[in-house]
Amino acid sequence: MAEHTLKRFDEELERLSSTISEMGGLAETQLAQSLVALRQGDSEVAEQVIVADARVDALDEAVQEQTVKLLALRQPMAVDLRVILSSIKIAAALERIADYAKNTAKRTIVLNNVTAPPSAVVGIDRLGRLVRTALKDVLDAFAQGDVAKAHDVWQRDEEIDQVYTGLFRELLTYMMEDPRTITSCTHLLFMAKNIERAGDHVTNIAELVSFRTTGHGFDEARPKGSASLYAAGNAS
Amino acid sequence: MSIAPANDQRANGHGLSTAVPVATHAKIDTAGLAEKVTIKNLEFFYGDSRALKGISLSLYANKTTAFIGPSGCGKSTLLRILNRMYDLYPGQRATGDVIFDGDNLLRADQDINLLRARIGMVFQKPTPFPMSIYENIAFGVRLYETLPRAELDARVELALRRAALWDEVKDKLNANGQSLSGGQQQRLCIARTVAVKPEVILFDEPCSALDPISTAKIEELIDELKQDYTIVIVTHNMQQAARVSDFTAFMYLGELIEFGATETLFTTPKDSRTQAYITGRFG
Repeated sequence: MAEHTLKRFDEELERLSSTISEMGGLAETQLAQSLVALRQGDSEVAEQVIVADARVDALDEAVQEQTVKLLALRQPMAVDLRVILSSIKIAAALERIADYAKNTAKRTIVLNNVTAPPSAVVGIDRLGRLVRTALKDVLDAFAQGDVAKAHDVWQRDEEIDQVYTGLFRELLTYMMEDPRTITSCTHLLFMAKNIERAGDHVTNIAELVSFRTTGHGFDEARPKGSASLYAAGNAS
Repeated sequence: MSIAPANDQRANGHGLSTAVPVATHAKIDTAGLAEKVTIKNLEFFYGDSRALKGISLSLYANKTTAFIGPSGCGKSTLLRILNRMYDLYPGQRATGDVIFDGDNLLRADQDINLLRARIGMVFQKPTPFPMSIYENIAFGVRLYETLPRAELDARVELALRRAALWDEVKDKLNANGQSLSGGQQQRLCIARTVAVKPEVILFDEPCSALDPISTAKIEELIDELKQDYTIVIVTHNMQQAARVSDFTAFMYLGELIEFGATETLFTTPKDSRTQAYITGRFG
């Protein structure tokens, strides 16, 4: 993209994109660390995740300030307008993802005081890794303006949904077999749901990467892997 | 970004155009729209120099169409063709068709005076005549109609009301039109145009000499006037084009580059030159 005649406009857009990138990196770390805490049963790491969430929130506010200023002072059009609008929405999605990481960390601390089925923990870790990889890839797609890569990430949500559905069934089975696991399994179920929701936000970011470049998202209906969950009357 | 024309073979030679340039058009929903003016393969020459190259587009009734583009792109030239202003100058000529309600307005035996009553024009600088506010409006009406005094009074009042100027001048209709402020003078010119009951009103940079409040009043006026008239506006101010128009045509180097619904053109333009121009990456 050629430069604006007004150089400062370019600098401000550049600054907005680097704030988003910084925020994305932080959200990715938060998600990764929350998984480390879960895997290792480490309450200290979980605490760090909880505390660090404030930094993500601060960056989200910075994005909002920058976008309001750009809209008011630059009256952006076409691609500039789309870049700015998508930035607000991407920041909001990253803020939610980091929030889910924080929530997972909080539940990890609770879980460390009860007995949880180890295989379910492994399942959630697997789900978390899928989402984390998708997040990393969508952030790369964002940085490179790579719509094809974003589309690839967008399609991967189906797998994430399927893993979540499998986890849901597994946890339900544990609870039915041994009611003493209900407390831990309920926490694990919420964690799984949180991570799955984080995956949905990754998908939204993928669509926004497309929107900022092309003016539209991905036209096909998004592949959905968890329809059977609802069909079976097991709505979460 | 380089803004070179995508396809310049048409610029070779002059006088005869070989092909209709294909402008990029986003899909326009024309349902319920009536074509008031249809421009087909229009070319315009200042002597030997070709200023417009194969322009084809439609102006829809009761809609506002904006022409935007950098200086020298031909947008004012195009506007001036619509009421045959170029007839005032020797050596200027147009070819192609401009169909206005079924009639080619470029034909040689066109009644120019009648045409200019049907297609009125408001200029960049307010141009009130050096006479009273009342006479500024009555003057044009008398050229086309002979009205009893009471009816003429009513016509003047109606025109001033339509131009949102009546309340400000009703007590001083005999004051000189040139004593008004710039914004009021421009609205007086709009009233003068409206008074002869045109069907199309052409605005050539109507706000470039006005302050923001006067500009807002003119824009509000344009929005109201389009209920009764077909409006065409040439403006350097892209935000103004975005605010007031339903359709926008982007022109560059005498070509129509892109024509479409204003909201589409300003959010997802199809042509990279349009994008470069409206986002300030031009040149």
